[in-house]
Amino acid sequence: MMTGYKEKRAAISVIYHVFTFFFACVMIYPLVWMVMSSFKDTNEIFRTAASLLPETFSPANYLVGWKGFAGYSFAIFFKNSFVIAGLSTIGAVISSAVIGYGFARLDFKFKSFWFACMLLAMMLPFQVIMIPQYIIFNKLGWVGSYLPIIVPQFFGQGFFIFLNVQFIKGIPIDLDEAARMDGCTVYSIFYRIILPLIKPSLVTSAIFSFMWRWDDFLSALIYLSDPLKYPVSYALKMFSDPTAGSDWGAMFAMATLSLVPIFLIFLTMQKYLVEGIASTGIKG
Amino acid sequence: MKNNQTPPKRKETLAQVLNRPKVAGYVFILPFIIGFLAFLAIPMILSLGFSFTRYNILKTPVFIGLENYRTMFTGDPKFWKVFGVTMYYVLFSVPLRLIMALAVAMLLVKSSKLSGFYRAVYYLPSIIGSSVAVAILWKRMFASDGVVNALMKVVGLPGDIAWLGRTDTAIWTLIILAIWQFGSSMLIFLSGLKQISVSLYEAATVDGANGIQRFFKITLPMLTPTIFFNLINQLINGFMAFTQSYIITQGKPRDTTLFYTVYMYQNSFTYNKLGYGCAMAWFMVFVVGLLTLILFKTQKKWVHYEAEG
Repeated sequence: MMTGYKEKRAAISVIYHVFTFFFACVMIYPLVWMVMSSFKDTNEIFRTAASLLPETFSPANYLVGWKGFAGYSFAIFFKNSFVIAGLSTIGAVISSAVIGYGFARLDFKFKSFWFACMLLAMMLPFQVIMIPQYIIFNKLGWVGSYLPIIVPQFFGQGFFIFLNVQFIKGIPIDLDEAARMDGCTVYSIFYRIILPLIKPSLVTSAIFSFMWRWDDFLSALIYLSDPLKYPVSYALKMFSDPTAGSDWGAMFAMATLSLVPIFLIFLTMQKYLVEGIASTGIKG
Repeated sequence: MKNNQTPPKRKETLAQVLNRPKVAGYVFILPFIIGFLAFLAIPMILSLGFSFTRYNILKTPVFIGLENYRTMFTGDPKFWKVFGVTMYYVLFSVPLRLIMALAVAMLLVKSSKLSGFYRAVYYLPSIIGSSVAVAILWKRMFASDGVVNALMKVVGLPGDIAWLGRTDTAIWTLIILAIWQFGSSMLIFLSGLKQISVSLYEAATVDGANGIQRFFKITLPMLTPTIFFNLINQLINGFMAFTQSYIITQGKPRDTTLFYTVYMYQNSFTYNKLGYGCAMAWFMVFVVGLLTLILFKTQKKWVHYEAEG
């Protein structure tokens, strides 16, 4: 009786793993195919589309792709992406922490009104405000520069404010009280007590911010016209346009390379990503 | 309670004033207020105004009343076409993505040595799915000589389908891409599933409920708040989809994959009709707002909040 039960359980476990593993392979297949294809000769990619492994691993696509197009190499585009995503992330993380503390710990007039505004800002997608924002930034003479992409990040991002508010509310208020007794001002409480304690939510904000800005394509499409300023996302799109000549091997190589920073973050920071999503329902 | 009741007689220093919670609160949220007004509230109000004008970025806007809205509803067949395409996309991709997310979450809630690995693999596509790199990849996968057809040939299916060229299949390549990115919804479901008390299942098992009954009588009702939350989130995301349509299909063939946001972009920036673009944006706010409102109104009927019993 006991052995029968055990065998049945073992069988179920095997079926479970075979199925879950197989389906995981299906999920990941497109990405593996892209990475593998990036090492294939361009002619080979479509002639042997069904076979995963290249006949010979060749880094040639990477060397060709890195040269970019029209004399602009991908070194420029990667540098631009790091500048845009880096500065945006710094701005979003710092401002959202400051704002989050205000909402979580301080009482002031019309707080619930402003909090409702914050939720609205969190829900309202960029696509809805992109046209009037463009008109304003055009009047300011910012179009063509990074300012329209980076500056708004310095005024707090709804999701990150929300994340910080949740996190700060979980910190015992006794800590603040004790610090106040010791003569701390509201500002030094934030700086000395709260800020060190909310590191996890700051890290989570930073990761998401960086990934979103890195992937962002729409604002580059709207605001940038000089190839010297293109981020990787937009450069890839230009690279893939038929006028640039369709070297699919080189394109896959650069597409793969463009995902490397995201992969690295994913591999090292997965814990923060998962917790961030589970606790706020942030979109990934 | 202590000192805020009566304002102190002596003159406070600036530092003391700034330290009062009422003042400090505004100091802390000041960046938000400035950003909210400058980048959201004022642009939105302006955009409502512009939606009643003919506006080319180089000239001053000309007031034309409701003309943009009249064109939209009665004079521009492409408007209803892209609206229909977007609705179709949302109608299929959102429920399918959520069903997939829930199914895989049910699979992964069982913990094993490989749980972490599985979770990572299933989650990865949603992290990178909206990138240009994946859009380019998708375009090549579904090309006539791409990997999808090649693999179909391997298993004996007709591998000569022009996925991106046929009016009935092109939109589905985008829907499949959307479903593929179920990862973040799955994680939300997973944390929802873990919060369901084991005692509920034990009680049901004692009462003789089988797996299917347990799913429909316990799991699903207990998850409705999570489903509701995911549904609203994904609905908004679905309507805002841009990169997929813009890069993978460019709206082809015959505008059957032209998304609302892409057409709005074209009107505003390619055809330079910013007034019309603003009107389109406002109509989208209206539709998404209305759908969200309807969902909120119906939630009493199907969303089960534990506190209310």
